[in-house]
Amino acid sequence: MDIYLPIAEVSLDIFVLLGLGAAVGFLSGVFGVGGGFLLTPLLIFIGVPPTVAVASSANQLVGASVSGVISHWRRGNVDFKMGYVLLVGGLAGSVLGVWIFTLLKRLGQVELTISVCYVLLLGTLGGLMIVESIRSMLRLHRPGAGRRRLHQHTWMHGLPLKARFRRSRLYISALLPIGLGFVIGVFSAILGIGGGFFMVPAMIYMLGMPTSVVPGTSLLQIIFVAANVTLLQAYTNRTVDAVLALVLLVGGVVGARIGSRFGTRLRGEQLRFLLALMVLAVAAKLAFDMTAPPVDLYSIASEKE
Amino acid sequence: MNGLPGSVSKRLALRVLILTAGLSLWASPALAEALAADLTSHLIAITTGFTGASVVLFGATDGPGDVVVAVRGPDREMTVRRKDRVAGVWVNTEALTFSNVPSFYAVAASRPIEGILSPASVAFYRLGVANLKLEARTSAPPEVVAMFRAALERIQQQAGLFVSRIGKVDFLGERLFRTTIAFPSNVPTGTYLVEVFLVRDNDVVSGQTTPLVVSKVGVDAAVFDFSGRQPGFYGAIAVLTAVVAGWLASLPFRGA
Repeated sequence: MDIYLPIAEVSLDIFVLLGLGAAVGFLSGVFGVGGGFLLTPLLIFIGVPPTVAVASSANQLVGASVSGVISHWRRGNVDFKMGYVLLVGGLAGSVLGVWIFTLLKRLGQVELTISVCYVLLLGTLGGLMIVESIRSMLRLHRPGAGRRRLHQHTWMHGLPLKARFRRSRLYISALLPIGLGFVIGVFSAILGIGGGFFMVPAMIYMLGMPTSVVPGTSLLQIIFVAANVTLLQAYTNRTVDAVLALVLLVGGVVGARIGSRFGTRLRGEQLRFLLALMVLAVAAKLAFDMTAPPVDLYSIASEKE
Repeated sequence: MNGLPGSVSKRLALRVLILTAGLSLWASPALAEALAADLTSHLIAITTGFTGASVVLFGATDGPGDVVVAVRGPDREMTVRRKDRVAGVWVNTEALTFSNVPSFYAVAASRPIEGILSPASVAFYRLGVANLKLEARTSAPPEVVAMFRAALERIQQQAGLFVSRIGKVDFLGERLFRTTIAFPSNVPTGTYLVEVFLVRDNDVVSGQTTPLVVSKVGVDAAVFDFSGRQPGFYGAIAVLTAVVAGWLASLPFRGA
């Protein structure tokens, strides 16, 4: 059964969209990331114009993160103060990101930029994660060996504007989460992602937050960044397809519930290993698409006269 | 011919009959039109379940002759971009913008056009994709323009928006004709013009233009209009809907 998407201006099979939402929801349930990094390329793949896919993914992400935050909050795993500080940077970053997006759209380079950003981000992260997860899997077999020091003093601790984050048990410069939020805000606007897969490792390894509060806190700031991106994209580029976002959300809800049940059966490093494999696969696919000779050298874009 | 429900074809036949009855009155100058044609519907409504539509054009001539029908969607400005390999990656490098590009174009004829019209007339009435008057916005060497134009035509044809196959205008007897115009699901919205030409002795002797509106209706139209007219408000509602949906989604977890 086909459904006509009013902003994307294409008819797509509603079951394909629901299935896509469910698949991405499943992953976000298992891994605790938003899943936008998979959703946007998949939407483009099934025929949604890239600009609409980016903006509508952000819209879908708002809903997905709201339900994620609520379930983490019930377990007391959200650091609200950290979330708000990240948010300050995130909002500023997304304003810049949407501005860059509009510029790229005018120059006709938006698709390439989206692909290049994805390959760089996913490739780097996937690589880092796979190394880390293999290391920790090996460490399990050698009990007592290679225990990390609880606190390492680096240049980051010399920055001004120190603040105390009680839930995360941290006393660090507020500039760190603000900067991190800013970078993710920029990518969020250009790529239609919440940056969960980027944010989660950064919070653990850069900020040194306890793993338990990371997903909830990351999702908390994603709600606002994604909402801001949706608003700005709707206002500036008119590319938000609310119908598409809603259909994806419906599928996503079902997928996320199955996913979170499934995720509790896996061990942490196994989860991270699987996620890393998936991230690398997406990066490899996109890298291949960029370098392989295109099916058609030409493309057209139409504007009303 | 068949394929239409009985009531529609009966109504159609009746209308055509009335038309021809009027046209056959030679004495009355007001009714001495050589050609009369109409569409079964002047509106293509794009709804949530839209998968394409077809419209029947029917009409009558005042005697033997051939009929050529051209359907033009609203004109657009279209930018054609060409990718080239830069440092191993395919990048959009060159671009050329054309104006007056019909967003949809299809032709139908009762016989092959080359056989019934002189090449000069075919070009004058801009029949067929090759004769569309597309203007390049920036000056470029003719061979470059031709290359980009060819790409534009090809992509539009692949999208089903320039119909490469000439449709068939069927004659029922000597005077009554009809043809079916099919529109794909990705048909652009706007006001279309359906031009009908009566051809005799290698020349167009009469012509008529009928408008056809392709429009989103219902929820989709409301969403689209709203997003264009009140973009900020639309964005706010899109966000709010997602928040509520996300909140509802988290409710069943409470029991678990």
